[in-house]
Amino acid sequence: MSSTAIDLLVFAVLPYVTLVVFFLGTVGRYWNRPFSYSSYSSQFLENRFHFWAVVPFHYGILTVFAGHLVAFLVPRSILAWNAQPVRLYILEASGLAAGLLTLVGLVGIILRRYSEPKVRIVTSRMDWTVYALLLLQVTTGVLVAIFHPWGSSWFASVASPYLWSLFTFSPDLAFIAGMPWLVKLHIGGAFALFAVFPYSRLVHILVVPNPYLWRRPQVVRWYRPRPAGRGV
Amino acid sequence: MEVRSQIAMVFHLDKCIGCHTCSIACKNIWTDRKGAEYMWWNNVETKPGTGFPTEWENQEKYGGGWQRTPGGDLQLKSTDKRRVVTNIFHHPHQPSMDDYYEPWTYDYQNLFNAPEGQDQPTAIPISMVTGEYIDIKAGPNWDDDLSGSPVYAENDPNLAGLTEQQRSQLSAIERLVFFYFPRICNHCLNPACVAACPSGALYKRGEDGIVLLDQTRCRGWRSCISACPYKKVYYNWSTGKSEKCILCFPRVETGQAPACFHSCVGRIRYLGVLLYDASRLEEAAKSNPEDLVEAQRSLILDPHDPAVIEAARKSGVDDAVIDAAQRSPVYQFVKVWKLALPPHIEYRTMPMLFYVPPMAPVMAQRNGGRVDGISQDFFHDIDDARVPMQFLANLFGAGHEAPVRYALRKQKAVRWYRRMLTVGDVSQETASRMLREADCSPEEADAIYQLTSLCTVDDRYVIPPAHREEAIAMLEDPMEHKQGAGFGFIARPARGE
Ligand code: HEM
Ligand code: SF4
Repeated sequence: MSSTAIDLLVFAVLPYVTLVVFFLGTVGRYWNRPFSYSSYSSQFLENRFHFWAVVPFHYGILTVFAGHLVAFLVPRSILAWNAQPVRLYILEASGLAAGLLTLVGLVGIILRRYSEPKVRIVTSRMDWTVYALLLLQVTTGVLVAIFHPWGSSWFASVASPYLWSLFTFSPDLAFIAGMPWLVKLHIGGAFALFAVFPYSRLVHILVVPNPYLWRRPQVVRWYRPRPAGRGV
Repeated sequence: MEVRSQIAMVFHLDKCIGCHTCSIACKNIWTDRKGAEYMWWNNVETKPGTGFPTEWENQEKYGGGWQRTPGGDLQLKSTDKRRVVTNIFHHPHQPSMDDYYEPWTYDYQNLFNAPEGQDQPTAIPISMVTGEYIDIKAGPNWDDDLSGSPVYAENDPNLAGLTEQQRSQLSAIERLVFFYFPRICNHCLNPACVAACPSGALYKRGEDGIVLLDQTRCRGWRSCISACPYKKVYYNWSTGKSEKCILCFPRVETGQAPACFHSCVGRIRYLGVLLYDASRLEEAAKSNPEDLVEAQRSLILDPHDPAVIEAARKSGVDDAVIDAAQRSPVYQFVKVWKLALPPHIEYRTMPMLFYVPPMAPVMAQRNGGRVDGISQDFFHDIDDARVPMQFLANLFGAGHEAPVRYALRKQKAVRWYRRMLTVGDVSQETASRMLREADCSPEEADAIYQLTSLCTVDDRYVIPPAHREEAIAMLEDPMEHKQGAGFGFIARPARGE
C-alpha cells in the first residue's frame, strides 16, 4: 500500500469510524449499562503510591488536553500570543512540562497497577490496552515537543486546519502529507484512543460532576408528590 | 414549622450482650458479595476500643463530619465543595483497606487433599481479594471483649481528657470493664455523606428519612467515604461504587423491622417515627457544643400536639405516619424520658440513632479499695462508676456530662423503684426520693420499666405503612402495572471494563 493510501485510511476514513463508534458507544453504554460508569478508583486498595501516580497524571493530562482544545478551537489567538518569542517560549516550556508530568504519572500508574497485587486484580485487559495506548500517545506527544518544537505555532497552522477539515466533512490530507512520522503516529493514536473510549474506564471523563457546584448541600427525593412551595 | 417524618432508632446499651447476631443477619442478606466482603453495615464494637475501621472516631485522621467555621457557619470538615474538587483524584483522608481489613476465607480443600504427612493439615487463609494465601494480621473485631487492649483500647479517642487514674481504673486486671457499642448508619438529619456527594447519588428519602445511595448515579468519586464521620459508607472495590446500610427499606416498607433489629437477641433495638421541624434544622446543627444534645431534641415535635398534627398534614405527612409517631418508642426514649442520646453529636450530622447509655455494673475504687454503701447522695456511684462519666460524655454528650448523668440517674432511680416493688429491701421513702431527684414520676418509671424489660415486638417496632402503592398510583397510570407488577429488568451490578 502506498503511503498516500495509508494516509487516506488513517486520516480520512478512520476519524469518521472513530467518531461514530465514540458517539454510539458512549450513548449506548450510558443507556444500557448506566451502572458501569464509574471512575473505578483503586485508592481504597492502595493508598500511598496512588497519590504520586494518579494526581500528576491527571493534572498533566488535563493541562495538555486543555492546550490541544484551545489550539483547535481558537488557533488564531494562539498565533497572536506567540507573536512575541518570550511568550512562545513560555507556552512551549509549560506544554512540555505538563507532558512530562503526564508521562511520569502514567508510568507511575502502570507500575502501581503491575506491582501491587490487590490493584492488579481489578485491572482488566481493557485497562492494559488503555495504558498502552496512553503510553504511546503521551510518549509520542513528548517526543514531538522535543524534536519538532514550536508545536504551539505549527499546530495552529497545520493540525487545526486539518481537524477543522474533518469536521466540515472535507478532509484535507494536504496538511497531513508533509508531517513527520512522529506527528502522524500521535494523530493516529488519538483516533485509536477515541475508538476504545466507550469500552474502557475512560468514560469516567464524561460523567465528571458539575451541577454539584451549584446545588444545595442536601438532596431529598420524594416518592409522593408533596405540597407545593416547599424547599428541598 | 415544616414537619417531616423520620424513621429513628434507639439502641439500649444496657441490654446488648455483644453476640454479633445483628451483624451476621445483615451480612447474610446484604454484604455477602464480591467487593463487599469487608463491609459491616452493622457492627458491634467493644468500648473502650478503636472500632471499625480502626480509630474511626479520630476525625483529625479521617476528616469526617461537619465543623463550625469561625463565622458560625457549617462546613464539611474535609469534604466541602472546594476540597472535593481539588481532591477528586486522591482524597487525603480516605481510609484504605488496611484501615478495615483484608477479607479472607480458608483453603478448606487442603483438609481433604493434603498429602499424608507428620502434621495435621490446616485450612490456610486465602485473601478474598487476590486469591493468594495471606498471613492474617488483623480483622474485624480483633479487639472484641478487650482482647489486645494495650494495642487497641489504649487508642480509643474517647479516652481524651481522662486522668491517668481513670484510665487505669478502666483496665486494671480483674476490675476491667467494657460495654458493647452496636453501630449502623444513623440515617442523619444533616447527612455529611449526602452533602459531599458530587454526583448527587446519595439522598435522603422525603417520606421516611432513610438515607440511600443510588447505585447507577454513583461514579466512585468517594467523597462520602471521607465525609461520613461514622464511617458507615463503604467503597465496593469491585463494582467501583459506594454502598451503605439501607435500613432494610424493602422490609420496612412491608412493615417488618430491619434484619439487625429483627434478629437482635438482647432485644436492645427500638424503631419508630419521629416528627421533626426541618425549618430549624440548620440553626440546631450550628449550636454550641454544650447545647447540641438539647438543640437536636428540640427539633423533635410532640405528635399529640394539635398544632403539630395540623402542620404535619399540611406538609403531606400521612395520617398513618402521625399515628405511628404517637406510638413511637423512640419518641418516649429520646424526647419524653431523655434517656437516649445521640452518638458523637459534635460531628453535627444530627444522627437519628440514639443510645441509652449503659449502667456500669460495679462501682469504682473508693476509699482505698472499699466501696461505701449508700451515702446521703443516692447517685454518687454513678459518678464513681468504673466507666468514667467523662468517657460516656465523650461518646454521647459532645464531651459534656450533664445529659449522660441525667440519663443514668433516671435509670438508676427506676431500678431502685422496681427493687422497692419486687424485692422490698428498699424503703418506699428512699425510692420516692430517688425518683424525685432523678426527675421521674412513678408512672414514668413504670412506663420505662415496661418498655425496657417487658416490651413485645409490637412495642419495640412501630413501623408506619409506606404507602408505596400510592406513590406509584400518583405518578403513573396504575393500570400500567396490572398483571405486570413485580417484574422488570434489573441489571446485575457487574463491574464495567
Ligand atoms: C476532570 C476530569 C477528570 C476527573 C475528575 C478524573 C477523575 C478520575 C478519578 C477519580 C480516577 C480514579 C483514580 C483512583 O482513585 O484510582 C481516575 C482514573 C483515571 N483517569 Fe481520570 N479524571 C479526569 C480526566 C481524565 C482524562 C482527561 C484522562 C485521560 C485520557 C483520564 C484518565 C484516567 C485513567 C487512565 C485513570 C486510571 C488510573 C489508574 O489506573 O489508577 N482521566 N480519573
Ligand atoms: S444482636 Fe442485639 S444483643 Fe446481640 S450484639 Fe447485636 S445489638 Fe447486641
